[in-house]
Amino acid sequence: MITEALVLSAFLFVIGTLGVLVRRNAIIMFLCIELQLNAVNLSFVAFSRLHGMDGQIFVFFVMTVAAAEAAVGLAIIISIFRHYKTVDVGNFKLLRW
Amino acid sequence: MMTSLLESIGYVGWVLHALIWLPILGVGLVLWGEEEVAKKVAFWWSMGVLVLSLGLWWAFDPTQGSMQMESSTPWIETWGVSYSLGIDGISLFMVLLTTLTSALAILGSFNYIKERQRAFYALMLLLQAGVVGVFVATDLMLFYVFFELTLVPMYFIVGIWGGERRIYAAIKFFLYTALGSLLMLVGILYMAFTANELLGFPTFAYADMLQVPLTGTEQLWLFTAFALAFSVKVPVFPLHTWLPDAHVEAPTPGSVVLAAVLLKMGTYGFLRFLLPLFPVAAQHTTVVYVMLVLAVIGIIYTAWVAAVQPDAKKLVAYTSVAHMGFVLLGIFALTVNGLQGGLIVMISHGISTGALFLLLGMLYERRHTRKIEDFGGIGRVAPLFATVFVLTALASIGLPGTSGFVGEFLALLGVFETHPTIAIIATLGVIFAAYYMLPMVQKIFFNALDKPENREMQDLSRREMVILAPLCALMIWIGWNPTPILERMEPSVRLVLERVQAAAPAGTLGSVLEPGSSVVIVPAPADLEASDDLDGGDRSTDDD
Amino acid sequence: MYASLAAVLFQVGEAASAGGQEAAESGAHFEPFLPGLIVLLPLLGFVLNGVLALRHATRSAEAVRAGGELDLDEGGRPLTHTLPSLIGPGVLLLAFVITSVNFARMLGAHLEEPVVVTYWTWMATGTFSVDAALQLDQLSMVMMMIVTGVGFLIHVFSVGYMKDDPGYPRYFAYLNLFIFFMLVLVMGASYPLMFVGWEGVGLCSYLLIGFWFSDREKSDAGKKAFIVNRIGDLGFLVAMFYLFTTFGTLDFVPIFAGAEEAFAYGGALVTTITLFFFLGAAGKSAQMPLYVWLPDAMAGPTPVSALIHAATMVTAGVYLVARSSVLFALAPVASATVAGVGVLTALFAATIALKQNDIKKVLAYSTVSQLGYMFVGVGVGAYSAGIFHLMTHAFFKALLFLGAGAVIHSMHVAYHSTHSHEDGQDMRNMGGLRKHMPITCATMWIATLAIAGIWPFAGFFSKDEIIWQTAAFGGAANAPYPALYTVFWLIALAAAMLTAFYMTRMMVMTFHGENRTGDQEEKALHEAPAVMWAPLAVLAVLAVVGGWVNVSEHLRDSILGLGPLTSGWLHEWLHPITEQAQLIQDLNLGVLAESAPIVGGGEVVWAVLSGAAAIAVVLVSFRYVGGQKIVPAAEDVEPIGFAKVLYNKWYVDELYDRIIVQPILALSRFCWNVIDVGIIDGIVNGVGFAARGVGFVVSMFQTGTLNTYAFILTVGVLIILGVSIF
Repeated sequence: MITEALVLSAFLFVIGTLGVLVRRNAIIMFLCIELQLNAVNLSFVAFSRLHGMDGQIFVFFVMTVAAAEAAVGLAIIISIFRHYKTVDVGNFKLLRW
Repeated sequence: MMTSLLESIGYVGWVLHALIWLPILGVGLVLWGEEEVAKKVAFWWSMGVLVLSLGLWWAFDPTQGSMQMESSTPWIETWGVSYSLGIDGISLFMVLLTTLTSALAILGSFNYIKERQRAFYALMLLLQAGVVGVFVATDLMLFYVFFELTLVPMYFIVGIWGGERRIYAAIKFFLYTALGSLLMLVGILYMAFTANELLGFPTFAYADMLQVPLTGTEQLWLFTAFALAFSVKVPVFPLHTWLPDAHVEAPTPGSVVLAAVLLKMGTYGFLRFLLPLFPVAAQHTTVVYVMLVLAVIGIIYTAWVAAVQPDAKKLVAYTSVAHMGFVLLGIFALTVNGLQGGLIVMISHGISTGALFLLLGMLYERRHTRKIEDFGGIGRVAPLFATVFVLTALASIGLPGTSGFVGEFLALLGVFETHPTIAIIATLGVIFAAYYMLPMVQKIFFNALDKPENREMQDLSRREMVILAPLCALMIWIGWNPTPILERMEPSVRLVLERVQAAAPAGTLGSVLEPGSSVVIVPAPADLEASDDLDGGDRSTDDD
Repeated sequence: MYASLAAVLFQVGEAASAGGQEAAESGAHFEPFLPGLIVLLPLLGFVLNGVLALRHATRSAEAVRAGGELDLDEGGRPLTHTLPSLIGPGVLLLAFVITSVNFARMLGAHLEEPVVVTYWTWMATGTFSVDAALQLDQLSMVMMMIVTGVGFLIHVFSVGYMKDDPGYPRYFAYLNLFIFFMLVLVMGASYPLMFVGWEGVGLCSYLLIGFWFSDREKSDAGKKAFIVNRIGDLGFLVAMFYLFTTFGTLDFVPIFAGAEEAFAYGGALVTTITLFFFLGAAGKSAQMPLYVWLPDAMAGPTPVSALIHAATMVTAGVYLVARSSVLFALAPVASATVAGVGVLTALFAATIALKQNDIKKVLAYSTVSQLGYMFVGVGVGAYSAGIFHLMTHAFFKALLFLGAGAVIHSMHVAYHSTHSHEDGQDMRNMGGLRKHMPITCATMWIATLAIAGIWPFAGFFSKDEIIWQTAAFGGAANAPYPALYTVFWLIALAAAMLTAFYMTRMMVMTFHGENRTGDQEEKALHEAPAVMWAPLAVLAVLAVVGGWVNVSEHLRDSILGLGPLTSGWLHEWLHPITEQAQLIQDLNLGVLAESAPIVGGGEVVWAVLSGAAAIAVVLVSFRYVGGQKIVPAAEDVEPIGFAKVLYNKWYVDELYDRIIVQPILALSRFCWNVIDVGIIDGIVNGVGFAARGVGFVVSMFQTGTLNTYAFILTVGVLIILGVSIF
């Protein structure tokens, strides 16, 4: 049972990672990050069957952080969209120096 | 009368704190006030601080060589860092010099600084607080904090209000000096760990550090670390190239404070820390010779370089290096005359070079050029200006009857007692001083008044006379009657030298360079047991 | 007016002295009279004149800014001219009166030990201490009399000479300041205080040479004087350092008292010290190889040349050697150097003077030459003879310079009247001035005869004594280098003949023959006003009788001695000062010779011979030069051959420029451009560039594209995971 859950979690994580790496749309990338987080959450839940409730508590932490991150991240993306009229990350290289 | 008045207000108890915190309070006042009144607020505030500091002259006990007016409050208790202040004959005049030149420099920048005045005057006051802190701190960490604190305002003063290449100059200044002081920080930490281990409690206090017995090898390493930091500040050849750039690009008040007091922090460091804390290293033959030779090179080499400068401000900047060479020479003479002479040169250089920078700034305000060749015959249109400039220039090159002579004479006399050959070579600096200064004076103030722009030049204004008058008076007064100053310094100078001489006799010093040697400096017999288990090894590592 | 003012102050001073306000340590019987005031009065004059000068300069600066020049007659004449004319010479007269009172008192007393008046502690470091103290003894008294007396006469002359100069108050301010420092020099009771005066007079010399500072050449000359003097000052400083390490003090009295104990006769240390002192003396007194500044110093106003560059400042070196006579007596090698340099300078400068056409240049080289004689005197242990020649030289050379000043003044007026730009100092443009300026001509002839060494003028006695002492010293029982001194003696005799020649040449070219100034200009030539010729007259009297105060015993017994008119007073007077040196010399050298080397003959014989030879040279050269055809400067041709070398002063200035000035300049540029900017800043900037370069390369990884960052991040995580698992 746990093996299947972990395999699924790994698949989800890899999909999320690849999504972040190859997609250019900020919204999609953002969703992929969420996918990664949830893949991790799945692992936590799966492991909590073996090691007690700690994992499930962590899932709540991750969900809280993810919610906060979603709020801030979406706000940034919206303000970028307002300014540049696009959310394609290939169009801006602000993260230099 | 003065003494009793000071006593009645408990002057000695709070004056040192006031001299640091009042300028910082002034920073707030200036920032809080209006842009237009910033300069006046800053000036009168610094005048108040100056007047307050003058009381030190009477409150200071000239018979005592050790620290006076001491006070100490724990600051970071777990590390043993304390906020402790004190003053002795060496720092007394540095403090007075700081308060004086700061006030005059602020007055001298009234016309020069036209933009962001609040920020500028706030930084000047902050700088003053930092420099006074350097001179009165008796805790190594506190000293280091103040030492670094002075960098920040100076960096901005050069970088924001400077000339064309101000960014280059500011960064050069900052990196040069920060690099040096980081090495010193390592040294300070090493000393603190050693002290913690030997004394059993964490401390950064200067008085405790004096009790720490260090092996000769340790002393040499620490000496090198500290000496690099201070040599950059002084500056000692070949670490001097930041100075001309910083001076040329800095606005007038920046140059004045830089020359008059910031450089003194370097030589002050030599006197306050290097000699008493590392007496074995400080009298090690190689060390002494290296420092003396660098000083002599500084004196003669920079005099030559100064002589061919087309930019008047750069010329004076180079002469600063030459003058500080005399200070260094006096210090490493390790004689009473030498140290006293060095101190007088420090004071005299602060006054005369400060005045020269003020005067050059006034020239720049009038003509917007610093090129010597753009002037000529100024003496005819600005006779007062020329008179003051010639007097200042003569004090700067050490004409007898001015402060410069007393200092240079005593410093050279002191060196001659221990190193005659070096003293004779250094005396050549007297000739080369005339060789760089007189042509400049001639090309600016004498010769024909052949450039039409110069015919319009105004003479000194009343405000400018007020700035220069006290400096000129001091140059002549110290030239004819330096004894009141000398006698206040003497006990402290003797204390430093006694510490140096109490260290190992000169004959055994040759061995301290060898690794693993166990020449141990023991200041007090009580510490003998403690020093028995020293092996000069890596104590600092097993400490944490 | 001056006299009444002086009388009032005299009484005030007397009262003050009687009230015991003077902090004087009483000597044996000598009570100093207000010695501090002698020094302070010129300083006061400087301050007052300085204020007037600054006020005047500010006003003229306003005029320059307004686009013109200040008209001298406009307003302010009382403040710019009358007041300085009173203050400048006035303070000098007062100082002279007070000095005379002291002199009279000292004459009456039998002063064995110097009187030292201490005012305050100047510097005290704990191991070194020196007081601001004045020393009054026979030597300083002679110097004070010369400085204040001759100084006063020259101040009076200046009132006339500088009358129309726009810098009039500034001129008197400088002159008063000079007298102040000169008095500090001769009255200071320690070497450092003497050094204050030493450099102070150098400063005033610098300011006065460059008095007309708008002229590039003149301010260059001032600068040159200062820098060359500083080379000498180096020697003075180092000598002081040596003395301090030996004695632990720099006061005169303890040093001379302990010298014989501290130094072995002819020892290395005392030789070093005295040689360094002589370097200082050579700089200040324009001896070889540092004499080059003095001829250039003639750029200053002529009375300045008379006061500073003839009568007082340049003799400071001689004073230094005489003051340190004990040290020099202990160092025979150094003394021989002093005498040797002196005699070479005397000859060398005399040869240059032969071919100069500028009247002041002739006098300048003549001064260098005469200073050489003084050094010969003090170099052969005849310290009183050196001081004696110093004194007579102050009289006749001041007279010559002032006379030259009167001539130049007249010439300038003449050329000014026709707006001509001819050189008013060139003797080729003069000639026949005797008719127009009889008083100047007569007094200058007196001075010329004096300097030429013709009996019974002052120079005869003083120069003769030096020359004779050279011979006598070389013939002493244990003389160190007898042959050397014989050579010195011969050179000194030869140079004396040259002196007679070039001085006569100068007089003939200036005052005799046809006038070459120009037909129009000749009408404007005139005798100097009374305020100018009166000092000349006083000095002329001194140039005659000044030599009668120190006639050696042999001469006094002969017909040359003028019977009761003359005495050996100065020698006796200076005896307490020179006594110690004399004893050292007697002890080590034995008895001096009574007859000249090689050919024999006593002092009187040689005095007669040299006097007669001088007369002969004067007569012959009068006819020779008078017979020459001299053309005005504008029409003259460049001299050729050896005359050209002399005319160009042996090319010494050019040589110094090549081997010293230019190399140092080149070295300075090298230090700046190559070492400072190239190497040191190169390394500093190089480190900066290296840091930037590394940063640039590394920054390549920062593309700014989000995906790249994410990719690198992922790869990094995978690597770390891989490493930690396997």
